[in-house]
Amino acid sequence: MTTVDTNAARSSGGAGGNSLTYAIGLRCMRLALAAAAVIAAGYLMNNLFVWARDYPESWVMPISRYISAFFDWLGYKADFGLFTFRDLTRAVSQVLEWPLAFTEGLLVSGFGGVPLLPLPWVTVTLIFSLAGLLLGSWRLAAILLGCFTFLAVFGVWEPAMNTFSLVLVIVPFAALMGMAAGVVLAGAPRLERGLSPVLDVMQSTPHFAYLAPIVVLFGFGQVPALIATVIFAAPPMIRCTLVGLRSVSPELIECGRMAGCTKWQLLSKVRFPAAAATLLLGLNQVIMQTLAMVVIASLIGASGLGHDLLIALNSLKLGTALELGAAIVVLAVALDRLSLAASRYDPYKRGEQKRRRGILLFGVVLCAATVAAAPFADGLHLYPAAYTVTSAPFWDAVVIYVSDEWYDGLQAFKNFLLSYVLIPSRNALLWLPWPVVIALVAMTGYRIGGGKLAATVATLAAFPLITGFWVPTMITLYMIAMAVVVSILIGLPIGLLASRNERLSSFILLICDTLQTFPSFVYLIPVVMLFKVGDVAAITAVIAYATVPMIRYTNLGLRRVSAQTKEAAEAIGCTKRQLLWKVELPLALPEIMLGINQTIMMGLFMVAIAALVGTKDLGQQIARALSDGDTGRGLIAGLCIASLGITADRILRTWSRKRSEALGLTG
Amino acid sequence: MGNTAKISCRGLWKVFGPDPRGFLRQHGHTPGPGDYAATKHVGAVQDVSFDVLEGEILVIMGLSGSGKSTLIRCLTRLIEPTEGQLEFENRDLLQLSKREHIDLRRKKLGMVFQHFGLLPHRTTLENVAFPLEIQGVPQEERNACARKYLTLVGLDGKEDFYPRELSGGQKQRVGIARSLTTDPEIWFLDEPFSALDPLIRRELQDEFLKLQQSLRKTIIFITHDFSEALRLADRIAIMRDGRIVQLDTPEMIVARPADSYVAKFGADAPKEDVLSAGAIADPNLPDVLPAQHVRASQKLSEIIPQMLTDGESRVVLNRDNLPAGVLTKERLLSAVFRGN
Repeated sequence: MTTVDTNAARSSGGAGGNSLTYAIGLRCMRLALAAAAVIAAGYLMNNLFVWARDYPESWVMPISRYISAFFDWLGYKADFGLFTFRDLTRAVSQVLEWPLAFTEGLLVSGFGGVPLLPLPWVTVTLIFSLAGLLLGSWRLAAILLGCFTFLAVFGVWEPAMNTFSLVLVIVPFAALMGMAAGVVLAGAPRLERGLSPVLDVMQSTPHFAYLAPIVVLFGFGQVPALIATVIFAAPPMIRCTLVGLRSVSPELIECGRMAGCTKWQLLSKVRFPAAAATLLLGLNQVIMQTLAMVVIASLIGASGLGHDLLIALNSLKLGTALELGAAIVVLAVALDRLSLAASRYDPYKRGEQKRRRGILLFGVVLCAATVAAAPFADGLHLYPAAYTVTSAPFWDAVVIYVSDEWYDGLQAFKNFLLSYVLIPSRNALLWLPWPVVIALVAMTGYRIGGGKLAATVATLAAFPLITGFWVPTMITLYMIAMAVVVSILIGLPIGLLASRNERLSSFILLICDTLQTFPSFVYLIPVVMLFKVGDVAAITAVIAYATVPMIRYTNLGLRRVSAQTKEAAEAIGCTKRQLLWKVELPLALPEIMLGINQTIMMGLFMVAIAALVGTKDLGQQIARALSDGDTGRGLIAGLCIASLGITADRILRTWSRKRSEALGLTG
Repeated sequence: MGNTAKISCRGLWKVFGPDPRGFLRQHGHTPGPGDYAATKHVGAVQDVSFDVLEGEILVIMGLSGSGKSTLIRCLTRLIEPTEGQLEFENRDLLQLSKREHIDLRRKKLGMVFQHFGLLPHRTTLENVAFPLEIQGVPQEERNACARKYLTLVGLDGKEDFYPRELSGGQKQRVGIARSLTTDPEIWFLDEPFSALDPLIRRELQDEFLKLQQSLRKTIIFITHDFSEALRLADRIAIMRDGRIVQLDTPEMIVARPADSYVAKFGADAPKEDVLSAGAIADPNLPDVLPAQHVRASQKLSEIIPQMLTDGESRVVLNRDNLPAGVLTKERLLSAVFRGN
């Protein structure tokens, strides 16, 4: 790559357009040669060695079986003398049941023993609007008012509150655990370096894969869902705590130490307050992850919006599903905006104390009034069913219309894609013998990052092979590759447009922000409406979910190109087109690469979930493992997805870092 | 200024790298530049010894990378020195337990930082009261104390302001007040005025001197600005590559620089304000002494006007009113305009 780059630069500098076409021609030739070499190697291997074409069953390390056996043992037989592991999990469940019973009682069911009703919907809505007013502005208050009224009016208040009561228990748990771990790791750099890869794996293993082991250990139900979510949502908090604590200026810490702070005083009086903004940002991430996971955890028995959505999807009630999806989105937007406002909230503003006291007083009075009045006025308490509206029939009609009118067109499009693009590329990938694939990965790693990177990525790529998940992994790879290519084709031009125009950019970024708050599950609904089930549907869902970072990073990368460099290029006499191709894009490329990396990571998450709409890849393995209670298979399939993600991540990140260093963009 | 040493350090080393102690042992405490490079060690402070006398302002002057920041952090043990002795009031600082050291910091040391180091989430008053809060002083008491020091630095009425609402000069006043609330015996100032613009810097230097006249602290003051060092110091230690190359009074640094490196700083100094008649007089007395005299301690700026008007030489009298040398007009002019 690099040699060709310098060639191109040198020759186009020398003799203008002709040599540029020459350079491109050279590059194409090299590519063609490489492709021919790969095909030839593949052909030879396939014909010469049976073991290269199909990885022999006997070479598979039965790790997944060991894991299943281990979890079975842990779940049913493990005995620590005084208590069994089962007792332990039961105890944990019971401890967690308490707060959950409380929030559920508060928001949904009321408390049976003492005749207490749950909080009236008006009160909950008021609390949130006032919180919005306190932490943000009138606008935020209005948005929150709108969101919660939406939930009531569309008749999904109860499942929404069910979901919310889970979130309410999980978020403090996950945040505190994450913070505690973050503090410990921040003080132990060696431990942190050792655990960092573990965090990487945890954060790149799809939601889905966490469910199977939890089911074996804790069974089905609310509490297991809760535990799975806590485990899933804590890592971002750990990361944010680490970043936050590290970003505290060393001078502040010295100031604290010189004042004679003990370790604890330093933490509580200096480091935490100074890192508050980052910590709150972490909290926001925890909330969003929690919501996304809680919805998916309905697969193992979490009640609420996700549960209802799953039922609606299974019975193909697409209108209802869409409405429930919208409810999830509304809840997500509300929680996201509120927690973001909290991270930006400045309690130290002049006059803020007075304002705060006013709002709190007003809020307490109003809430007390609504709670007191609720038993006497039905509408206050539960939103009157007679006034709920539903758009489900409308959407059902749309679905029917779409399938009546567009069916042929869509079907033809789908079939065309399948038979001329998707299936051939899938078959091509599957045809490639595994030694060739691994060699390709290793070579890429070597060219970009040297021997160490090559060893890392080759090991990662071999993981699916030796665990016996090669074929589903290749299918996942093909789906993600297809989706990422399309995402790039869509995201790059949009990001480019956004970087040219302020108003357009703020509009596009607003849409990106909103799209990113949608829990991944929601993306499946419209896709199923259009394409039913199968690969096309899954890939479309991945594209819809994963294009956002591409847009974001392209925009960011182009905007970060230094104004001075651009001015210099313009002064030399670059046309707009030349400026873009010769100055801006090359300088933005490292950032854009990070965007592609992010797109791949998000795509892999979606691929796993897309198993619900019928694919044959790793996601499907996880889904089946979940229904069969096959822990090992689910976990290993999840780790295979993680290994794909981390391979891409290592390669792209290294490239991006080296490139920015070469361009002098770092520091 | 008493002559007892408040702090004294001997053979202080701070080496960064994979194995600092082993590195020092291996090279017999005389590693050369090549040794550092070869083993990826960096000698931030190398074999530094000096005393800080009670009540003096000792300025440590050096360019960036000379090790002055590391040195002050070794003295406060914000950074653990690699080797050496460090005594405070004849107690070995490096042997103190963690608890004892925290106590020492709470009661006896105060520090001002280059970028102020104010806690962004606390008001001016709370920032100044912070060291007392750490010690568990009740709120009433510590706020009263903090108010007193805020008045001292001229920040009356700014108690409820947050750091970002203050100008740079005001922020450093808060930093100064905070470092004084515990009435420390030793006052560390780490480039306290470097982040301020020139006019404010000058103003704060003057106030700092005024404060010191009444407080009489033992002060270690870090700067990279030679003219600041001249203005403030009782003694200046000039650092280069982790070593102290000269430790002397401002006048002697300018009049008798230890090497060409020190001389370069002195070249641009306002010599008429720094040098005194005694430092530049010709000690070889002629047979006939000039009729008029000056005192050895008089600064040149006091002498110049008369000498340039009448053009006569002067005899320089020492403390005992005995002739210590002669000052000709030529000698005076060459001292002021050409260095030595």
